Formats: sequence, C-alpha cells, structure tokens
Amino acid sequence: MTTSPSDSPSAAARAFADLAVVGAGPAGLAAAVTAAGLGLRVTLLDAGERPGGQYFRHPAPGLGAARPEALHHGWSAFASREAALRAHVSAGRITYLAYHHVWTVTPDPAGSPGWTLHAVAGPDEAPATVRARTVLLATGAYERQLPFPGWTLPGVVGAGGAQAMLKAGLVLPGSRVVVAGSGPLLLAVAGSLAAAGARVPAVVEAAAYTGYAAHTPALLRNPGKLAEGATYGGALLRHGVRLLTRHAVTEAHGTDRVEAVTVARLDRDWRPLPGTARRIPCDAVAVGHGLVPQLELATGLGCATRPSPDATVALELDAEQRTSVPGIWSAGETGGIGGAQLALTEGEIAAHSIAGRPVPARLARTRTRLRAFAAAMAGAHRPGPGWTGWLREDTDVCRCEEVPAGRIREAVEDLGARDARTVKLLTRAGMGWCQGRMCGPAVAALAGTDPAPDRRPLSCPVPLRHLAALPAEPPH
Amino acid sequence: MSEATRGRRRSPRDLVGGTPAETWSLRFDDRELPAQSGQSIAAVLWSAGILAWRTTRETAAPRGAFCGIGSCFDCLVTVNGRPNQRACLVPARPGDHVTTQEGTGRDDLAV
Repeated sequence: MTTSPSDSPSAAARAFADLAVVGAGPAGLAAAVTAAGLGLRVTLLDAGERPGGQYFRHPAPGLGAARPEALHHGWSAFASREAALRAHVSAGRITYLAYHHVWTVTPDPAGSPGWTLHAVAGPDEAPATVRARTVLLATGAYERQLPFPGWTLPGVVGAGGAQAMLKAGLVLPGSRVVVAGSGPLLLAVAGSLAAAGARVPAVVEAAAYTGYAAHTPALLRNPGKLAEGATYGGALLRHGVRLLTRHAVTEAHGTDRVEAVTVARLDRDWRPLPGTARRIPCDAVAVGHGLVPQLELATGLGCATRPSPDATVALELDAEQRTSVPGIWSAGETGGIGGAQLALTEGEIAAHSIAGRPVPARLARTRTRLRAFAAAMAGAHRPGPGWTGWLREDTDVCRCEEVPAGRIREAVEDLGARDARTVKLLTRAGMGWCQGRMCGPAVAALAGTDPAPDRRPLSCPVPLRHLAALPAEPPH
Repeated sequence: MSEATRGRRRSPRDLVGGTPAETWSLRFDDRELPAQSGQSIAAVLWSAGILAWRTTRETAAPRGAFCGIGSCFDCLVTVNGRPNQRACLVPARPGDHVTTQEGTGRDDLAV
C-alpha cells in the first residue's frame, strides 16, 4: 500500500480518476472500497498517516499494539474495509495517498468536466494535485468547544483530543481526569480513559438525557444505539464513574496546570444555578460540546448548507448524498453529526450513486433510521443560551489571539457587531492559527447569532510557494 | 496519587498489549525523554507528564496539545530548529531535538 508521502505519486494518481475521495475515515473509506468494487478508478486522499480518520484512529504499527481493537467500538467494520482497501490498492483500482491534506478543490475549465484537488503532502509540505471526474467530500468534523474560565490551562484538553491521543499514542493527559461538556462522545471518552487506567471522578454532562424522550420512536427504531449507550453506561458503572447530568464545569483552577474544577448545576437553559458550585480535584479535564462538521472545501465550492438541530451547520444533501453542486458528493459528519455507523452507510450510498447504480434499499433504510436518531441526539445536546453565564470578562474565548470575552462583548454591545465576522474584524477573535475553529461557535453565540458555515479559502496552512505556482485564473 | 499507587493502575499499554518495535530518547530542551516508535511528539511529551511546551505571543501563557487532531494549533513546537510544527501530528523520530517555542517561534526575524 502506498503510504509514504515521500513516494512520488504514481502514474495512476496523475491520471484522471473516476472519483477522488477526500478523507479516509468511516465515510470516505467505505465509499472508496465500495466504489472500487463497483468498477470505478478511485483516488483516496487523507490528511492522516493511516486510514481510519478520527473514529478509527489507532496506534502506528511501530507502537506494537497487540489489541488495538480494545480502544474501539465496532473495530471489525474498520478492519474489513482496511483489508479491502489494501486489496484494491494492490490491484491498482485505488490510489491511496496518505498524509495528503487537500486545501482546495477547483473546477476544471469549461468543456472539461472534472475537478482538480490541491493538497499539501507529507511533513515537507510538498505540493500535490489530483484530477477526477467526481469528488466525494468525507472531511468529517472537529470538536465544538464552549470556553470557561481556566480552559486554556495545560491539562484542559479536548475530550475528542484526549481520545485521539489515547488511541494513536497510548497516552493519557493525567491520572485523574474529569470528562465534561455535552454529547454521547463524553461517555465513550470516559470509558476509554478509565479502561486505560485513568481515574475519572465524574462525567459532567450539561444536557439532561430526558431530552431524548421527546424522540421515543427514533430511539425504539435504533436498538443498536440504545445497546451502545448501555455498554458505555455499564463501563462507567464498572469503573465507578459518576454521571452528573445538567451540570457543567464552570471553571478550571491551577497556575501552571489544572489542579481542580468547579462544577455547578445548570437550569434548563444551561445557566449555572447559584449555590450549587463545588470543587472536584483533578489533574486533567477532557472537555467537548459535540462536533462541528468540517465544511470549508464544500463551502469553497458553493455547496448549499442547512442548520442542524445541534446549532451547527451541515451540508444540504439529497437521498444519494449529492451536494447542490453537480459532480460533488459528501458523506458522514459533513451532512450532520451522526456517528460512524451512519458515515459507513452514507459512504456506501454515495459510491453507488457515483457509479450510476441504484442505491440498495437496505442502505437507504439504515440511513433514514440513523438520521432520525442523530436528529434526536443533536436536539438533546444543543447548547442552551445560558452557558455564556459562566464566562468572566477576562476569560479568553479565542485561544490563538487571546481575546477575552469582555472585548467580544464590547464589540457587540458598544461597537454594534452583529456576527462573528464583524467581531473578528474588531477584536481579532478567530483570526489566528486555527481560523476560528475553536472559538467560532462561542463568538457567534456572544454575537447573538447562529454559527455561519465555515468559510476558509485554505483548509490548512499552505506554503506561499504553492500558491505562487498555481496556474493563473482564466480571464472572465 | 503516589507512585506506588500509580504503579498498580492499569495503563494504556496494558489495555492494548504488545510491545513497541523500538524505543529511544527524544531530546526536549535539556532533557532526554523516552520515546516509542510511532508516537507523535505530543504523545512523547504527555508520556513524560509534560503538558505545556510553548508560550503564547501576548501573555506568555503555557500551552500544549488541546484538540489532538491538528485543528487548534495550540501544540505548536520547534522541531530541529523549525518552529510552528503541530506536535500532535508530527511523528517523533530518533535524533529529533524538540525545543519549547516562545511566542511566534520567529524571534530570529525580530527587528
């Protein structure tokens, strides 16, 4: 399997593929192997060193893990597709380009219907391009963060970040880790951390699980999801982890690193209730408030978006995973956060559609069922407006540019900013390295608006020499 | 938790079993840290209990890995003299010298 970024792209990569898949997580991997099985010539590009994406992130072979599946749920779904990927690569049906971060996709000039994908390849950031007739964007998601005083202290890490570091590097951020935020990922993270030897004093969930009760039909049609929840719940019980619902970490304490957190009870709107604060000692906090679809490649192409029930923005997709731009499909979390099983299903649906084959009814039914569950889940964990009540004036909201809540409120209340973009221009919040990925949802909430779709012309840092080497735009 | 207690706790390695193909020392500032082949630089630092390896431009606040997947850029570090590398993405390699990064990591360009 071609995995070394230093290998020059094979002739197949330079050739015009039937399909270019961006992302080798559950959706992209399932799509690539399904499409290759249906006879398409596929190029699969992935920013990571190994296939699997964030969900199936696993240790490098050098780490010699005998049981990588111990850190995963549904590992066989990955193992079978990875084996299929290897077989298709050997047979020349898939060109797999690991460590290729696609930073933009451009339409070919009129008359040659296809797309050019521009990537930064390997640690040396070499330029790479791939051309294809169709494109599937399976770019996944990153974690949503809502700031609180002390959240920039070392030892406060993303919940998904802690999970990623554990799955890939077999490391823990501390020995006593409070898991906090909102969403089902927290249960999985707490279970993994505890199984790997950390003490987890509490899982602090801001939502109330009773929020799911309004969606009983969606729950009853997804016994697998309920069983998954029971598995995580059972693991927490075994490890003696307390689950505090309708609670939040409202402050992290420490000087050079976190030493304790304040946990408070919330009202229905996520407003901390006076007199309920208590301290929990810990040496790390794993925090996250659900996931945000990663859409910059799609929005750069003009793909239509829609608001999700969890207050994020997702792509508008039809029943066959087509975006609003002809020739561009998308699958997985980009269409709304729904988990790995849904991503696998949607990847396979997209592959059938791109190959011009009818979508098997079984896949369509599974998608409908899992999307209903995802909507119930998203609604239950949507952040309440009261969370901004735990911010202090000096709490940094933008981690990169170190912009505190007080300056953002000043931009909104005194200077008339009505959206995150205006706040950015006035305060630099969102103007740093991460380009608003960490502070965007929080800044939008402080500005009193719903988050806008990702608009970043470059999806990762690109050396200027690559931009300079691009062909000139044809005159309009 | 005392060292003795920690010794009895389960570890990520216990959970997944096996042994690393190779181990070596990573030089971090003036320290030598144990590294296993396949770990990112951030993972080597976390293994040694180090959670911060840069300071911010404005307030010189300590920062380390946060998102763990290359999105947040909080874990920027200088590797073999090259600043602003994401420690959570860059694999640790034998002979690497990792240094704490201050501010932009471009002090050499200061006027």
